[in-house]
Amino acid sequence: MNAVILLFPGTNRERDMAIALEKATGRRPTILFHAETSLPAGTDLVVLPGGFSHGDYLRCGAMAARSPIMPAVAAFAAQGGHILGVCNGFQILTEAQLLPGALLRNAALRFLSMDCTLRVETSASPFTGRWQKGATFRAPMAHGDGNYFADDATLEALEKEDRVAFRYVDEAGAPTEAANRNGARNNIAGILSENRRILGMMPHPEDLVDPLMGGIDGLPLFESIADAFARA
Amino acid sequence: MKAIVTVMPRAGVLDPEGKAIGHALGTLGFGGVGEVRTGKIIELDLSETDPARARAQAEDMARRLLANTVIESFRVELA
Repeated sequence: MNAVILLFPGTNRERDMAIALEKATGRRPTILFHAETSLPAGTDLVVLPGGFSHGDYLRCGAMAARSPIMPAVAAFAAQGGHILGVCNGFQILTEAQLLPGALLRNAALRFLSMDCTLRVETSASPFTGRWQKGATFRAPMAHGDGNYFADDATLEALEKEDRVAFRYVDEAGAPTEAANRNGARNNIAGILSENRRILGMMPHPEDLVDPLMGGIDGLPLFESIADAFARA
Repeated sequence: MKAIVTVMPRAGVLDPEGKAIGHALGTLGFGGVGEVRTGKIIELDLSETDPARARAQAEDMARRLLANTVIESFRVELA
């Protein structure tokens, strides 16, 4: 499985992402600078990691979404390619219109750096196959703009088409307002594209993939990806 | 020709920054302030001299980059 991690100026989570992918797939990902205009031949998965690309100027992810590499990423998506965007990567995917909606400033205006509990809303995706629907896991979050917004029609489509991947929940697994610290609509923490091959999420599963990191709660996401390509 | 692009959050989109400013104004003792909304003004110095073409150009820029029309609306003024 050939994974390519995109590196924008201000990206800072590419190494953790590489560690997580290599641990699950056994293959070291390629790190590709945003000024490139094509993806390496044989790319299976494109990953947009977290960080503060281009200093979050204008809007989070706005500049990166217009980077030289992005037309190639859009073409890859159009051919059914698999894409994962985490945190700033999720923001970039919405700005590039590869996923619907937008990420607004956190409702309480505070940067949130803490663990949250996520509930897996669907196991029918190449990113969530290792979990049972309804399973919960811990994931660190670190963002100032993670407040997922989409209009009513888009939200309804996401819910109806089973495209909400993860929701913020409390320790009992309930999607309460208190658990929804950034104010996201419907407690949404991650969504899938129509063909279910693009996942964007705010929290960082790559931060918990080894006991030395404090847990392996995020590892199933990367193992799910490995499974998906082992079957393919 | 100068084009001034004003970008504002769409109606119904939460503007926590505007809310915080409203609270601060209340703390300072300003009464009678209803909703506060924040946005951005982007000034563009364009080489185009025809007003209609300058406006069209600025609107295209706004749609493709300056505003995210999922959450923001924009208006272009020429000066």
